[in-house]
Amino acid sequence: MRAFEYASPTTKEQAVSLLGNSWDEAEVLAGGTDLLSLMKDGCVAPKRLVNIKEIRELRGISAGGGGLRIGALATIQELLDNRAVSRAYPAITQAAEGITSPQIRSLGTIGGELCQRPRCWYYRAGYGLLATDEQGEPLVPSGDNRYHAILGNAGPAYFVHASSLAPALIALGAKVRLFGPDGVREMWLDQFFTTPLTADDRETALKPNEIVTEIIVPTALGVKSATYEVRQREALDWPLATASVALSMSGDRVRVARIVMGHVAPRPWRAAEAEQVLAEKAVTEEVAQKAGELALNGANSLSRNGYKIQLARVAVKRAILMAARGGRG
Amino acid sequence: MAEYKWPEPEKRSLIGKRISRVDGPAKVSGKAKYTYDIKRPDMLYGKVLRSPHAHAKIVSIDTSAAEKMPGVKAVKVIQEPGTEIKWAGDEIVAVAAVDEPTAEDAIRAIKVTYEKLPHLVVEEDLSAAGDNAKPAAEQTAGEPEKAFGEAEVIVEGFYGLPVITHCCLESHGSISEWEGDQNLLVHISTQAVSNVANQIGRPLGIPAANVRVKQDHIGGGFGSKFQVDRWDVTAAQLSKMAGGKPVKIMLERDAELMVAGIRPSAYARVKVGAKRDGEIIAWQSESWNTGGSGGGGSPPLPYVFSVPNKHTQHTGIATNTGSARAWRAPNHPQGCLVTMSALEDTAARLEMDPLDFFLKNIELAGRFAEVYREEFAIAADLMEWKKNWHQRGAKTAGPVKRGLGLSLHTWGGGGHGSNCDVIIHPDGSVEVKMGTQDLGTGTRTAIMMVAAETFGLPLEAIKLMIGDNQFPTSGASGGSTTIGGVSASTRRGTLDALEQLFEKVAPSLNVQPADLEAVAGRIRVKSDPRRGLSWKEACMKIGGTAITTRGRNPGPGTLNSSGVGGVQMADVSVDVETGIVRVNKVVAVQDCGLIIDLKTAESQVYGALIMGVCYALYEERIMDARTGRMLNPNMEFYKLAGLGDIGELVVHMMTGKAYDERGVIGLGEPPVISPGAAISNAVANAVGVRVPSLPLTPDRVLAALQYPDREGGSSKNGGNDAGI
Repeated sequence: MRAFEYASPTTKEQAVSLLGNSWDEAEVLAGGTDLLSLMKDGCVAPKRLVNIKEIRELRGISAGGGGLRIGALATIQELLDNRAVSRAYPAITQAAEGITSPQIRSLGTIGGELCQRPRCWYYRAGYGLLATDEQGEPLVPSGDNRYHAILGNAGPAYFVHASSLAPALIALGAKVRLFGPDGVREMWLDQFFTTPLTADDRETALKPNEIVTEIIVPTALGVKSATYEVRQREALDWPLATASVALSMSGDRVRVARIVMGHVAPRPWRAAEAEQVLAEKAVTEEVAQKAGELALNGANSLSRNGYKIQLARVAVKRAILMAARGGRG
Repeated sequence: MAEYKWPEPEKRSLIGKRISRVDGPAKVSGKAKYTYDIKRPDMLYGKVLRSPHAHAKIVSIDTSAAEKMPGVKAVKVIQEPGTEIKWAGDEIVAVAAVDEPTAEDAIRAIKVTYEKLPHLVVEEDLSAAGDNAKPAAEQTAGEPEKAFGEAEVIVEGFYGLPVITHCCLESHGSISEWEGDQNLLVHISTQAVSNVANQIGRPLGIPAANVRVKQDHIGGGFGSKFQVDRWDVTAAQLSKMAGGKPVKIMLERDAELMVAGIRPSAYARVKVGAKRDGEIIAWQSESWNTGGSGGGGSPPLPYVFSVPNKHTQHTGIATNTGSARAWRAPNHPQGCLVTMSALEDTAARLEMDPLDFFLKNIELAGRFAEVYREEFAIAADLMEWKKNWHQRGAKTAGPVKRGLGLSLHTWGGGGHGSNCDVIIHPDGSVEVKMGTQDLGTGTRTAIMMVAAETFGLPLEAIKLMIGDNQFPTSGASGGSTTIGGVSASTRRGTLDALEQLFEKVAPSLNVQPADLEAVAGRIRVKSDPRRGLSWKEACMKIGGTAITTRGRNPGPGTLNSSGVGGVQMADVSVDVETGIVRVNKVVAVQDCGLIIDLKTAESQVYGALIMGVCYALYEERIMDARTGRMLNPNMEFYKLAGLGDIGELVVHMMTGKAYDERGVIGLGEPPVISPGAAISNAVANAVGVRVPSLPLTPDRVLAALQYPDREGGSSKNGGNDAGI
């Protein structure tokens, strides 16, 4: 880890003024569960760390008539402990349950969970975000890509987005609020995530001088939701594929479905075709199976990750069936 | 002269009981100091610059910028320009600095240029190994060709398991400091306290007698910490360059996984010939493996079962990766996985219960055939095998299929050379000193139990000192040799000391020394137990000079032997839609002769089963063919089981007269041999096809399920396509 300057502002205005116009100037420190390892591994080397943990207004989770507000500094454990969340938004709680490290749950924040960087082992070993060799040739397509993308993987990005919560939040129609020098920006969380085209890009719409302040999730009245995660170990382990499903119900029938897959693409991946097949139907094993197949229609395996297509199919099918049962497994 | 034997069962107060390890409270409270925890006054931190290339020649090294950095106290080039580097992670230059960040900055300031050379880092495909493949001698027994001709069933399969690392939770390393320029003090994480001085003294050019070695506790070795490593010598050299100040080099996690030891892989194409009634008559195998740039030995094939007609051929592949080191039962888990999988596939083809099939052929297991038979009966009860076993491929509804598998194994485990000093002080206090180490297995507890048993004292009456080379030498802890060695030397030393005590005490009781016994804190007359003295009173008869004896192994009397058998059964659930395997239960039935501490013996087996679940389902060193680097030198992708992944573990230790009579035998290796095979067999039983290679990850399980009838492959029952 290289030497850096450390700042600990107490307002978001101060925080933003301490950030830079390019990514190498400053990084935002919250839980630090990802940032510290990125710095130790030399993947990032910021000149300044801006600790935002002292900015009180970024904390807390509140549920009311208008929906749910999750402060960027709320921890994963706080999310898990929140009864209002688990009652109305089981997809979120189930996604958080997949993060099985007590240390990460206690320190890791929602804002950090959404902004964490890819776990691609080439990236983490110093080959850059797009994992290229000295000649600029990509290492992933011909390398060991067992954990890499099966969707949105035409390049130059082949990694999978590491967030476990994003698919659930997007399925539930969440928006994200950002704060920068020009004030507040709000956007659909779905649009927050981007696929980098260069090694200097990031995986979100966040600018170097902005911070995430909160997540807003609309009310879930009449919505059934669930997250299904395919993970090899019970112990802390990255998911191999996840699916979050939110079904707006009208009686027994699905009015509108939203299906978002995680760990399959460089960004959380919306399965529009699969969503449509559920519309106006009662959920059955067959319909869920069909949706799973449609969700992976555009999937393209690299040399050794074909199995993930099957895992994602199963995740979609099982998440739909869980959601229809009211979020139970 | 004392009679050197173990007390009769009815006379044992401690031996064979479940005694909690004496260092448990220190370990769970964090008070136990491991080498990693040692902080010496004015200590410097050493860091190592490692080769990023798997195969290269060093062209130039420029350390000038590092040398000028404030806080950097010493810079040492480990391998000079011109040297050929044979694996990524190999040590090039080391620095010592006042703190870790400064040392890391210095490492980054060193400029090394390399001439890259072609490398080979993967070996699963034998045909791609080219000149790196070196065939070993072929072996033939009986008449394999004729036997295959007479076989009524022939089953062919491909089986394998990848390189894994030792992944010690306490990484390798040491702290060295000089007293003057001829005396060295080394704190080191080692499996061989008594061997370090000689190993480190030689390259440093000082006599072994001038090296003091210490280690209180070790966080895992598994066979990878027998030898002083180059970085240990480097730490001592840096210390000397820095005026003798202590220099600490403990490996970072990535280096620990890249360079501090691997278990060789093993892959094999196997053909088994059998009669329809299940008699195994022929074996043929073509196997290969890698042990890094050096050799990796070869797996014993077929394992345990001496098939009368066999032909085996093995090829070693040199790869540009870190070197092999002994890994708990070297080459046995590999031989076991290949053999037991092939035999289970044969049983499945015959539609035989593998338990019946193994028992039918158990005479081929030789010396331990009867032990295995007895153990299988117990294991089958504990697993409810006959009730729960089904033909291959569970017919239950739903995606989760359950299956059972079994395996068996053997190991030597004879006691190593061991010496100890036993002192009985006139005030009644007792010391035992031995240059051994407690590898985490309960060695301390076992030594104290033996001494306390001999003297008829409680465990806490024994003051035991180990982990220091100023004590009498004792062997390295490896190969399951420690318990047999230290229990025997301690027993002999304490019996001799007790005999001397009896000589001092006998006149005051008006009996001969041989008429006395030490029981329950008293020295008393055997024929009239009311006559006697308390231990303390007895020791007052010693006079001014303490009794001192030297216990040795080997020595007179039969206190230990070697050779054990064990069997294991696994119960797994497999989600056939995701390929995820869960271990429900593993049963281990294990023989190890006379057991000193039943509790730590059971713990040893529990630990082995956990390690077995890890390598069966998760562990794998993943190398990148193009860059030559290890892709998972970390704890997130070098996967180990967590608590929720282990399942129920049931351990049954064989005890009783026939086992006691063989004396003490080691237990470290045997129970880790079978889990891979038993779990792989259980998965095959659950899903109906063999998943050829460990670890049994979702991709491998799904691949086996999706293409059960690949071209050239065999049917659902038994065997699999030898396709690579």
